[in-house]
Amino acid sequence: MNASLNYLDGNAAAGELSRVFAVDITSAEGQCANCGAKRRFAEAHLYLQCPGLVARCPVCGHMLLRLANIQERVFLDLCGMTRLTFDTTKQSNATS
Amino acid sequence: MAGTAVLGRVTWRAAKVVAVHDETATARTLALAVRDWPGHVAGQHVDVRLTAPDGYSAVRSYSIASAPISDGRIEITVERLPNGEVSPYLTQEVMVGDELELRGPIGGWFVWRCEQMEPIQLVAGGSGIVPLMAMIRSRRSAGSSAPFRLLYSVGGPEKVFYRDELRALSNQGDSVVITYAYTRVTPKDWPRPAGRIDAPLIAMGTWPSTLRPTSYVCGPTSFVEQATDLLIAAGHDRERIRTERFGATGERK
Repeated sequence: MNASLNYLDGNAAAGELSRVFAVDITSAEGQCANCGAKRRFAEAHLYLQCPGLVARCPVCGHMLLRLANIQERVFLDLCGMTRLTFDTTKQSNATS
Repeated sequence: MAGTAVLGRVTWRAAKVVAVHDETATARTLALAVRDWPGHVAGQHVDVRLTAPDGYSAVRSYSIASAPISDGRIEITVERLPNGEVSPYLTQEVMVGDELELRGPIGGWFVWRCEQMEPIQLVAGGSGIVPLMAMIRSRRSAGSSAPFRLLYSVGGPEKVFYRDELRALSNQGDSVVITYAYTRVTPKDWPRPAGRIDAPLIAMGTWPSTLRPTSYVCGPTSFVEQATDLLIAAGHDRERIRTERFGATGERK
């Protein structure tokens, strides 16, 4: 996987994703459709050297999410994540 | 607001530059007055959008440096990158009174909340100090006594951001314990030669893993990888390490 260090964290996608989601999904837990790892979306590896952005599983490198803005349309592909779990009491809790 | 899961839509807001000051020869802090600023949590960032007269626009993310104080003002510190598209403008050309577009506050994961009482380990690489400084300032403004340590890896003494404020903080009782690690140039008679962070430095400059601190690591991607690996090798639980990477170049898109 980490062949290059040209990635950021899922955190950095929070601004773009806030255009689509009413809640902060970067602190939600996502499950990878490939390896089953459950991590906060903020911990995904985010690639921006493409039209839009691609988030990959930090464990296996499988694509979790891609988002592209093309003219007036937003394309969002979530096929790499089987589940997103939100904590509705608190966005983030370091002691959890 | 930020304390709940529902944030509402984050929209672009007008922000006016109300003060600027240089942190180093290449980094500048901008104080921004933001219309209808909803408040933030230490560690969050904003997106800044600049639009040229021809309509071309560029968006960059910058961490908020200031503590959450509800006066509608925030501060960001921007490091100028030689081939940057946005940072040269923000560090050299922007003037008090100018307006920018800003979206935020953003991100609910890389944050420190003043209810957190566990020991906190901050690890900064270069301009990665910025969101960690917001946490240090937030701790102070909230009167928190959570034990804080900062390991700050930086090119040389003249590259240190917030130098006087950090010095004042580390001289107080009940304060933040700070360890500097210089990667290129050290002060005179500095005990450790210039170099990248390594296991002895982690052992000296961070809380022992037995205290189960929550760690926040921020900096260029390679630095974050290295620091995180060293913390894990020193016995820290991966689950308790939160990271924020600035990318290979240091300019987050």
